[in-house]
Amino acid sequence: MLAKRIIPCLDVKDKRVVKGIHFLNLRDAGNPVENATFYSQAGADEIVFLDITATIEKRKAILNIVAKTAEQVFIPLTVGGGIKNLEDIRMLLKSGADKVSINTSAVKNPELIRQASETFGSQCIVVAIDAKRIQNSSWQVYINSGRTPTNLDVIAWAKEVEKLGAGEILLTSMDRDGTKKGYDIPLLRIVSETVNIPVIASGGAGNPEHLYQAFAEGKADAVLAASIFHYGEFSLKETKEFLQKKGIEMRF
Amino acid sequence: MIAIIDYGMGNLRSVSKALEKVGGKVEITADSERIRKAEAIVFPGVGAFSRAMSNLTDLNLLPVLSEVIQLKKYFLGICLGFQLLFTESEEGNCKGLNIIKGKVKRFNFPGLKVPHMGWNQAEFKTTKSLRAIAKQSDEVVARHEVPWQSQKSEGLPHLLCSLAMTPKFKILNGIPNNSYFYFVHSYYGEPEDKKVIAATTFYGLEFPSVICKENVFAVQFHPEKSQKIGLQLLKNFVKLVEKC
Repeated sequence: MLAKRIIPCLDVKDKRVVKGIHFLNLRDAGNPVENATFYSQAGADEIVFLDITATIEKRKAILNIVAKTAEQVFIPLTVGGGIKNLEDIRMLLKSGADKVSINTSAVKNPELIRQASETFGSQCIVVAIDAKRIQNSSWQVYINSGRTPTNLDVIAWAKEVEKLGAGEILLTSMDRDGTKKGYDIPLLRIVSETVNIPVIASGGAGNPEHLYQAFAEGKADAVLAASIFHYGEFSLKETKEFLQKKGIEMRF
Repeated sequence: MIAIIDYGMGNLRSVSKALEKVGGKVEITADSERIRKAEAIVFPGVGAFSRAMSNLTDLNLLPVLSEVIQLKKYFLGICLGFQLLFTESEEGNCKGLNIIKGKVKRFNFPGLKVPHMGWNQAEFKTTKSLRAIAKQSDEVVARHEVPWQSQKSEGLPHLLCSLAMTPKFKILNGIPNNSYFYFVHSYYGEPEDKKVIAATTFYGLEFPSVICKENVFAVQFHPEKSQKIGLQLLKNFVKLVEKC
């Protein structure tokens, strides 16, 4: 059976992981390659690097990090943050990323999704959607790291990105992000049932039960999780064992 | 040297790094002469079937691919490289290399998400001929249901030993049955001759995930992205190449 995926997300700024593993005896806790290697060996199904570097010059650093990671980590690697055009995508894929995640640029220029999926294949184009609840069963798309509201409805936008050729949707609930109160299940469920491409749940995971809810009730195909693993509160292994016991197919 | 065919369909870096990791000497190339000189060929790729075929045509790589396969060089197709070996595909109604007779079809079941993306299990198959011969002894059947343990089959009749040790099984050496591999694809291959199927995977239906036909191996998943188990498969391939 197709297993549900657990995907740790590492925030990378100027060559360093700024939100990453805090609990281990890593030689260098800020080293993205070491963080990714650790998670890969601990049973992560994929890894996401979110590049939060501000300047263009420094963005070159992520290419180097991706290249080094791809030499050692033999699970899929997704890179997101600041991707503006086909050339940015080409460089990341060439460096060894398996997928790229596009957010703001996809909203500003939806044609980028079509061009990117036609050029590189849908399988490597993830569209990230930041969603904020405006009323019951209605969510608004935000861009620029959640700073700028758009007039897009999340469900309509999810359908649109699928039509444009996105291979996957990374859906973040801004209301839940950082709260550790659990994922926004109604949001997840409605998006996951609306589109026919995989949906990755993001924002709000505080414990393994939340991951279970995302899969069982939210119908997510994968979950993105950061702090619940970074701070050592739960290990990937125990989380997967917990989920497996509750009937969610896991890879060990 | 193992030639990794570069025909503009996806990033080959991870394939080459993974092969190097398990001791392979590799070269990424689109040069027919280099491909002819190689001891073995790895044929990766992601993206659209028809575009891949037109790239292969433009680069004039079709003759050399047929040639190396006829010369019985070890050949490993990965993902799109698996599908391109078939006669034709529904994707763009396009002809393939016709090394494996059969058709590539799109996953089309209500409620089933496409692409099939993520980690799924490969269940090993034994060949019919092997089963037929093995019927003579239940003990033999039991042993051969576990093909990766085939090296333990001393004491079996000579014919059985040689069958059990064919490359079909060697590519799966050291890999437990029902291991998880990383998949990402929207189409699956349906070979006419079911005997070429070495392993299957279930997603809406049972489809072939590992195919072996003489010197040609093909995997629908990405061994280079399937962590230790995937590296083991690549290591098996590298070892086969070293021995020839």
